Amino acid sequence: MSEPRSKKPLPRPTPETQHFWDGTLAGELRLQRCEDCSKVYFPPRPFCPACASRSVEMFTASGLGTLHSYVINQRAMPDSGFEAPYSIAVIELDEGPRMMTNIVDSPQTPEALVLDMPVEVTFEKLSDDIALPLFRPKAAPSDAAGPRGAS
Amino acid sequence: MTRTRVAIVGAAETTELGKIPDLSVIGLHADAALNALTDAGLRPSDIDGVATAGESPTSIAHYLGITPSWVDGTTVGGCSFMLHVRHAAAAIEAGLCSTVLITHGESGKSRVGAGGFNRPAASLSGQFEAPFGPMGAPTMFTIPVLRYMKDLDLSIEKLANVAVVQRRWASKNPRASFRDPITVDDVLNSRMIAYPFRLLMCCLVTDGGGALILTSAERASDFPTRPVYILGGGESTETPMVSQMEDLTTSKAFRVSGQKAFESSGISHADVDHLMIYDAFAHLPIYGLEDLGFVERGEAGDFIWDGHTDEGGSLPMNTNGGGLSYMHSGMYGMYALQESVRQMRGTAPAQIDGAQISVCHGVGGMFGASGTIVMTNQPS
Ligand SMILES: [Zn+2]
Repeated sequence: MSEPRSKKPLPRPTPETQHFWDGTLAGELRLQRCEDCSKVYFPPRPFCPACASRSVEMFTASGLGTLHSYVINQRAMPDSGFEAPYSIAVIELDEGPRMMTNIVDSPQTPEALVLDMPVEVTFEKLSDDIALPLFRPKAAPSDAAGPRGAS
Repeated sequence: MTRTRVAIVGAAETTELGKIPDLSVIGLHADAALNALTDAGLRPSDIDGVATAGESPTSIAHYLGITPSWVDGTTVGGCSFMLHVRHAAAAIEAGLCSTVLITHGESGKSRVGAGGFNRPAASLSGQFEAPFGPMGAPTMFTIPVLRYMKDLDLSIEKLANVAVVQRRWASKNPRASFRDPITVDDVLNSRMIAYPFRLLMCCLVTDGGGALILTSAERASDFPTRPVYILGGGESTETPMVSQMEDLTTSKAFRVSGQKAFESSGISHADVDHLMIYDAFAHLPIYGLEDLGFVERGEAGDFIWDGHTDEGGSLPMNTNGGGLSYMHSGMYGMYALQESVRQMRGTAPAQIDGAQISVCHGVGGMFGASGTIVMTNQPS
């Protein structure tokens, strides 16, 4: 048993999703791929949502993607573990699937959060058992101006 | 047109709408049900089918003293009542029951006897959406819109204008919560809720309820009101997680439900005199107009801007003022159905002269589910 360190609503893993949450705790973003039709999918389940095959494999994703859409919440509920303003975003991973997340290490403004900009995964540990996959702007390797956003 | 074998012969909302602190959720169901029974000249003992969402049909039937031989507790969010109408029409046609009562009640504002919003932490949305801090519909239903605005070139002004047009309809409706006219500037200067959504682009939150009574078309002329026939309908679901929509710029559930509704009713888009599209937020009529096929992809913002859904336009839409201005208890679909019935009866506050066909389209969850009903006042 662990003491929650965050007031954020902690996910409760199920047997079908445990590998994903084990992954985030180990600093990996784990996805699944169908061994019959090659479909990469999310959220986790022990079969392929495209062809219903039970032959699926887990793999560690690149952690790279693009900002697909988002809102910036202006008011957090008291004791929610969130401080407004904060973004609630959908990322399109380079491997295909989309997932909800927060964009961090960036001003929470429309000017800084530009659709389709590259992002990379980072992990926030909420408790001994749970780390959340969050995303931050990915600095271009040759960006002379240095890393984007706050670090 | 194909067939009109089932009709709506009773329809009513709760006596009050807005703030009703003296009624609990089941009390709102019952108030609406009793009003609908009065509207139809029926007693609870005349009802043999019960459908509801939010409460169990068991609770509603027992509370009202009904012993049903057919029940439907389909609960897929705010469009559940569209699905109930479709299921009830099929059940009546199949002879499973003769007279169905569909009820809705929700203490959206006062929260009297109402449950919470929390999703189980082990559900997929509890694991893969809730931890990122969406706090109710204003921060969930709105997430797809920036994608739509970029891909289909929708301006914030045209999004805001949806609320402006609906407020004009609400100004004609004495039961509407908000009736003072607003401008695009008013919408764009209202408080930011969740960028890019401002307060006036979001539904209000009120208390209320509604109920419908359906029976076979052959019996419809025995009732005091003008019968409103069910011409067709559709329903579908896509995902319990808005982040998992196949495409954030179009709703698969809308497209499937709409196509089924048009196919089953045998009408074309040009036949539609009146349209309701469930508008919890300003982008929903835009998605609905496109996904139901009234306009091409990317055209809905201009279509509304050019006045086609306004008074005197070719396709009057959300003529009660909608969820943005009329009322929104949480599961608004019942009020959209009520306005379609009023328009078909010829009793709406903003009545469309000569309207014969109304399409009523609902959404459930955050683009999770959909239901569409086609009504007419013309027997076939
Ligand atoms: Zn497969």
